[in-house]
Amino acid sequence: MSSIWEYANPKKFIATTNRLLPWVTGLAVVLMAVGLVWGFFFTPDDFRQGSTVKIIYIHVPAAMMAINTWAMMLVTSLVWIVRRHHVSALAARAAAPIGAVMTVIALATGAIWGQPMWGTWWEWDPRLTSFLILFLFYLGYIALWSAIEEDDTAADLTSILCLVGSVFAILSRYAVNFWNQGLHQGSSVLRAGALMGDTEERVSNVFATPLFISMAGFVMLFIALVFLRTQTEIRARRMRALLARERMQ
Amino acid sequence: MPDLGKYADAVLSSYAVSLGLILALVVLSVARARRVRTALEEVEARVKKHG
Amino acid sequence: MIALLLRDLRLAIRAGGGFGLGLAFFLIVVVLVPFGVGPNSSLLSKIAPGILWLGALLACLLSLDRIFALDWEDGSLDLLATAPLPLEAIVSVKALAHWLTTGLPLVIAAPVFGVLLNLPAAGYGPLVISLLIGTPALSVIGTFGAALTVGLKRGGLLLSLLVLPLYVPTLIFGAEMARRSIEGLTAQTSLLMLAGITFAVIALLPFASAAVLRVNLR
Repeated sequence: MSSIWEYANPKKFIATTNRLLPWVTGLAVVLMAVGLVWGFFFTPDDFRQGSTVKIIYIHVPAAMMAINTWAMMLVTSLVWIVRRHHVSALAARAAAPIGAVMTVIALATGAIWGQPMWGTWWEWDPRLTSFLILFLFYLGYIALWSAIEEDDTAADLTSILCLVGSVFAILSRYAVNFWNQGLHQGSSVLRAGALMGDTEERVSNVFATPLFISMAGFVMLFIALVFLRTQTEIRARRMRALLARERMQ
Repeated sequence: MPDLGKYADAVLSSYAVSLGLILALVVLSVARARRVRTALEEVEARVKKHG
Repeated sequence: MIALLLRDLRLAIRAGGGFGLGLAFFLIVVVLVPFGVGPNSSLLSKIAPGILWLGALLACLLSLDRIFALDWEDGSLDLLATAPLPLEAIVSVKALAHWLTTGLPLVIAAPVFGVLLNLPAAGYGPLVISLLIGTPALSVIGTFGAALTVGLKRGGLLLSLLVLPLYVPTLIFGAEMARRSIEGLTAQTSLLMLAGITFAVIALLPFASAAVLRVNLR
């Protein structure tokens, strides 16, 4: 129990996560249910956006998780490169599809919200565009993982890709900001951003409390899924190793 | 059921799409976890027997 | 180093394909665009810088998998890796050779193809400058992608998927610079950002490419 690195032992990781998993799952279900039900049934409509304001209880947490997942992958990739703990690399692999799904949810709910609000499904707004680029990064990352058969090689290559990709993702974010200003200069503040601003300025708690509960629920869901999927990856890796040894004999 | 007004389609469809995607992710993850777990147990049992 | 550069250049020209193919592809893209969007010349002149940038980018992408593939197949990459030259230098030379055989011809050809797309007169200078500054970044980033996928049998498609998102900032600033100059806006910021990306990429990315190559050669 002396250090956090003990959890990098695959057996220890599986044992610990097995003990935690029911709690985290339960917490995820309860928090998401409370946040979404509260948000969906018991919040008033926004006077300008009408009932579409209810979409934020999904949209904002999904968008947050889309970015946080990449950040988590960056950290675990660094841990893999520096300390070479297999669990760390496998956790990054396990997290990527979750991040990709969260990005799709953020984009889809954004598009559905944008249709009645902005009058268009898609706008080449900086935020939307950078999320689309983030989705491309997830796709490339997942594709590289699945293309390489040798486990350690795949872990090495994807973690370097994750590092380089992070730099370019941030760069793209600024480039896209710049690019869009070029299209419609002097246009109003970011409309998607005004959403959060609105809720916090005017009717704060009515919208904010269920939103925060829902965000916590998404975080718990993410942790539960990462635990489960990392366990799967550990087992799959062990199975490949056993089969390879069997063939050798 | 709250009155969603004229935006009912937008709100309901975005909830449906998102929850559907999350559910699909969870189901796929759990299914693969089960499959890999049983497959590993099989292999481990076989290795022990032979080995 | 110079010997390696000359060898790569000779190979690229002798193999015939690599050298001319990128240019031909660029020409085809430029010819196909008016078929797609219609022959309206004012529309064409408006989208010309973007199309030229996109065409150059795709033409660049086309020849990326050739950077390491041939050396990988005949084993000379292993020899190069054990050579006294550091792998970072080898990677940089490879990127330079790729730029000289692909990027530079595209830069030279771009104004000619600009005529086909009715590029406004004010656009030629900025377009050539932005391509001249931007295409080295494309080659260096592409070398990283090629190093990532070198061991894979069908890495071509994966290579595009990996490299294209990394091209976004270069494309944005490059095309933006040409467009702003045409519209009479100041293009200084985009020019500086474009140059910044290119120099940073030339300085830093060879380390990542070399690291990736070492993993793949293990």
